[in-house]
Amino acid sequence: MTLRTRILVLISALVVLAGVATASVLHASARADRKNQTQPGGPRVTAGTVALTTGSGSRMIFRNMAWGPHRDELTTVPASNPSGPRTASKVKCLRFYAAAGTGVCLQSVHGPVQDTYRAVILDTRLRQTARYDVPGIPSRARVSPSGRYAAWTAFVGGDSYAGTNFSTRAAIVDTRTGKLTPSLEAFRVVKDGRTYHAADVNFWGVTFAADDRTFYATLATKGRTYLVRGDLLARTLTTLHTNVECPSLSPDGTRVAYKKRVPGLSKDAPWHLYVLDLRTMRETPLAESRSVDDQVVWRDDRTIVYALPGDYGADLYTVPSDGTGKPRRISTAAVSPAYVN
Amino acid sequence: MYVADSRASTSAASAEGAVRPRAGRRRAAVAPTVLALGAVSLITDVSSEMVTAVLPLYLVTGLGLSPLGFGLLDGIYNGFSALVRLIGGHLADRGGGRHKWVAGFGYALSAACKPLLLLAHTLTPIGLILAADRTGKGLRTAPRDALISLSSTPETRGRAFGVHRAMDTAGALFGPLVAFLILRATVDGYDAVFTVSFCVAVVGVLVLVLFVPNGARTTATRATRAGTGTAPQKTSGDTAPRPTLRAALALLARPDLRRVTLCALLLGLATVSDSFVYLLLQRRLGVPDRWFALLPLGTAAAFLLLAVPLGRLADRVGRWRVFLAGHGALLLAYALLLTSWHGTALPYAVLLLHGCFYAATDGVLMAVASESVPEELRSSGLALVQTGQALARFVCSLGFGAAWTAWGDRTALTASTVALALCALFALTLRRPTPSAPSEGLA
Repeated sequence: MTLRTRILVLISALVVLAGVATASVLHASARADRKNQTQPGGPRVTAGTVALTTGSGSRMIFRNMAWGPHRDELTTVPASNPSGPRTASKVKCLRFYAAAGTGVCLQSVHGPVQDTYRAVILDTRLRQTARYDVPGIPSRARVSPSGRYAAWTAFVGGDSYAGTNFSTRAAIVDTRTGKLTPSLEAFRVVKDGRTYHAADVNFWGVTFAADDRTFYATLATKGRTYLVRGDLLARTLTTLHTNVECPSLSPDGTRVAYKKRVPGLSKDAPWHLYVLDLRTMRETPLAESRSVDDQVVWRDDRTIVYALPGDYGADLYTVPSDGTGKPRRISTAAVSPAYVN
Repeated sequence: MYVADSRASTSAASAEGAVRPRAGRRRAAVAPTVLALGAVSLITDVSSEMVTAVLPLYLVTGLGLSPLGFGLLDGIYNGFSALVRLIGGHLADRGGGRHKWVAGFGYALSAACKPLLLLAHTLTPIGLILAADRTGKGLRTAPRDALISLSSTPETRGRAFGVHRAMDTAGALFGPLVAFLILRATVDGYDAVFTVSFCVAVVGVLVLVLFVPNGARTTATRATRAGTGTAPQKTSGDTAPRPTLRAALALLARPDLRRVTLCALLLGLATVSDSFVYLLLQRRLGVPDRWFALLPLGTAAAFLLLAVPLGRLADRVGRWRVFLAGHGALLLAYALLLTSWHGTALPYAVLLLHGCFYAATDGVLMAVASESVPEELRSSGLALVQTGQALARFVCSLGFGAAWTAWGDRTALTASTVALALCALFALTLRRPTPSAPSEGLA
């Protein structure tokens, strides 16, 4: 082949490949336009005022995933009519939680080189009161029942060639003093009565008790997961139970709902929902037979709410916390719910 | 004119300025093959780094998968990857130099993995695709480096590797940028990222097939071999070793190569992996989380800028000397991390030294090793050295992780610093820089 032929071959290939590449980008950006248009039959969303305290009955606040101009915004519905018309707030979050007038909103920030993430603490009227860097892709968010502490978990990815080393980082902030614990790795782990050290310790899924001192979370090490009870004052974490991920403490503080890795399920969807009684350590499987990858929310002491993949990202479902009943879909195109009064 | 020339105009231009009159009489600049290979690496790195940059995001937000435990097989895979690299090196030597085709197969395999990512939606197939992608990388590395060394004259080899590494790193810097531009222009445009990545990878393979000559080891080396005397074992009277597997293993019986491999291994044992360096930077110097993802870019930028100048320097003052000095830079970076001084310039200084370490060691080690391996076994020999170094670094990261957990980051880093200093001292005594300084052969 002469040099001329080779250059011609390369140029023709470049033309074809550039065409394919351009077509794929155009196709994906056309999808962007579609997602900005409200789909027929979807929930009605209108702009309005959203507050973290209502004074007039319980409301559910969540990230709206329905296509249209208010996609990804925090929206609210009456807790009694979760599939009804939504009021949108203009505040966009990937993950969200709120309690007692304090909200935590995990957002992405478009930078010149790449996206970064941050955790924003919101007051009752969704105004930002503090802001923290989040070192990876946001995964879980929680606020303590008093509204004083907020916690979030992020996936931190490997940076090597085709690296597949992921870790999680769980952070807790005292919204009153602004003191941030960037990683629970700073706490002392007590496993089976002994201080425990390992290189591969990961934490995720923090949930707070009402006393503003106790919290629960998942600790993973050596291929196993543990429920740990944390102490914000003593800065310790004590293992309580194995095979517990993303715990969520009931409002009365007696039980933890969580996802349990069940043998025999596929590697991609290995979890079933369980409730653990913290006094008796008895596990109760819930009536949801699908694999759930979410940190559930307690609507009240008897009802669990959680997200499952849906047509527009995720839908919200509910199931009784005592193992009875049947799962029921309460809202489509919604994720990260929080109940406020 | 090679297409590679236009793509690498900056590297080529700076390399041109580097040509010393003596070498300039024979070859105008860096060999066209090196520039073509540099272009292939640049293009391929744009493609692969595009995927690497968006992969965590894709798994978590695109597919809703929990990527934890995904890295569990990494350890096993590291061993497999070492084996693949040795096989790639050996295959390339057999049949009288099939470097181009083995490297081409490696590039093509990685390219073929990109569209497969569009089809895989669960962890197991994605893991397998990534493993295949890395197998492609393992296969192509040694034959490619052998081609670079075979197509450049011994006295300009440091520069040739420098130019190649600079182009390679430029691609690595550019890839994530392209990926995020695509994500910005679309919503959940991961499919577009993978498609574009595939198209770019195909261009890389095409440039290799069309513009890298196969019989690279003919002109350049043969022409100068008689005159330089830098590689005594390659003189024409020597019986050329046949590229069998046994001959490849017998390479370790050569004192020269054994010393290089041993030193690379020892120094590798004290080289803390990049991710630990960035974690230490963050913890000890308080680099904000927001900047964490940008730290590797700092190292890469320094590597990019210094690869050619340090490669040239290596040709002039001796490659072994520069290789060891590179570890001196790393030692200095560790020392800075250990100081209690916390100036704003410190992170920059550490990243600059870290990039300097790569620029002075990565390509330069290949140039050093090339001197001790006969042409017929070049690819196998380079694979041996690379594998030794990679395994040593892997062992080091395991040990460092354990030390960090047991004694804390400061003690672990102090231990590594001492170990690195000792290994560097040992390397200094084991092999004096004289035999590898090509200027002496030319003087």
